[in-house]
Amino acid sequence: MRLRTIQLILWALALAASLAYGLLIWWPENQKTTAETQFTARFELTDHQGITRTQADFTGRWMLVFFGFSNCPDVCPTTLAEVAAVMDGLGPDAAEVAPLFISIDPERDTPEALAEYVPLFGAGITGLTGTTQQIEQTGQGFHIFYEKIEEAAAPGGYTMGHSSQLFLFDPSAVYAKSWQYGTPAEEILADLKEQMEQW
Amino acid sequence: MKTCYFRPLALCAVLLLTATPGFAGAEDVRVTDPWARASIGVNRPGAAYLTLHNTGQDDVTLTGVTTPLALRPEIHLTSTNAEGISSMRRAGDITIAAGESVSLEPGGLHTMLMQLQTPMQEGESFPLTFEFSDGGTVTADVPVLGLAARGPLE
Repeated sequence: MRLRTIQLILWALALAASLAYGLLIWWPENQKTTAETQFTARFELTDHQGITRTQADFTGRWMLVFFGFSNCPDVCPTTLAEVAAVMDGLGPDAAEVAPLFISIDPERDTPEALAEYVPLFGAGITGLTGTTQQIEQTGQGFHIFYEKIEEAAAPGGYTMGHSSQLFLFDPSAVYAKSWQYGTPAEEILADLKEQMEQW
Repeated sequence: MKTCYFRPLALCAVLLLTATPGFAGAEDVRVTDPWARASIGVNRPGAAYLTLHNTGQDDVTLTGVTTPLALRPEIHLTSTNAEGISSMRRAGDITIAAGESVSLEPGGLHTMLMQLQTPMQEGESFPLTFEFSDGGTVTADVPVLGLAARGPLE
């Protein structure tokens, strides 16, 4: 009888210890993520039709934001094709989502250059570009990275390396989620629908 | 091999060659699922995707690619690091082990088509020739799909 009591106490202690340990590893991690990812989309750029746009033009709608450059043969058209598939998959709810393609290559991506690029994906994507300084500020605001990489045979002699996540901002322009490059459209669509339902 | 005596010499040679273990090369490479996205004019690079299967018994090494479509076609590798930054670099020689395949697909290896000679138009196709270290070549006909295509046609 006494042995059973001791056993019970030991089991209770073990359970309490594992719970405490679980809480310990979960707690700071969770806190950190929340602090790091709480930010609002901010930009003042020119769209592919030559009109000045800020995040205020899109608030009230969800924003799907991708950074890239139109001379990018692989990652950018692949992601924009996925975005187009997501927009198709949304059906009538697509009106509540604004897909944005922000160029990190303002030198080559003039509004005119974007005008012959983004409409071809047929998903109502808005192409945004600006001066080198505007793009720099936008990049800092979104915590993204980009750099020029020498490539003799490419137009202008360079290509770009860049953050390739697809970002989601909620209708009040607050960061909601991001997907790593290569996430299939079906998965993005399911996540996005869930977020929209919970809003 | 007795039957060889009763067959034409050419066929006999073919049988001998294919039956010899260790003989392999570019002619054992098969191409499946070729596709490319349409380009916007000729000023921006294009990309082509496909899978190369080495059906032979020896490793083969892919050393280069040519096409009348572009002056500078090269095999490139896109890689994405832990911070989510994607960049491209020349892939260099690619060895395909006997019986193995190498896929050129979005976000990984691809044929980057630089200095296009003509626009890549949806519905058209172009030849793409892969060169191997044994001097052999394999040519695929690559269909051009829409700019928003997500993969090869079923």
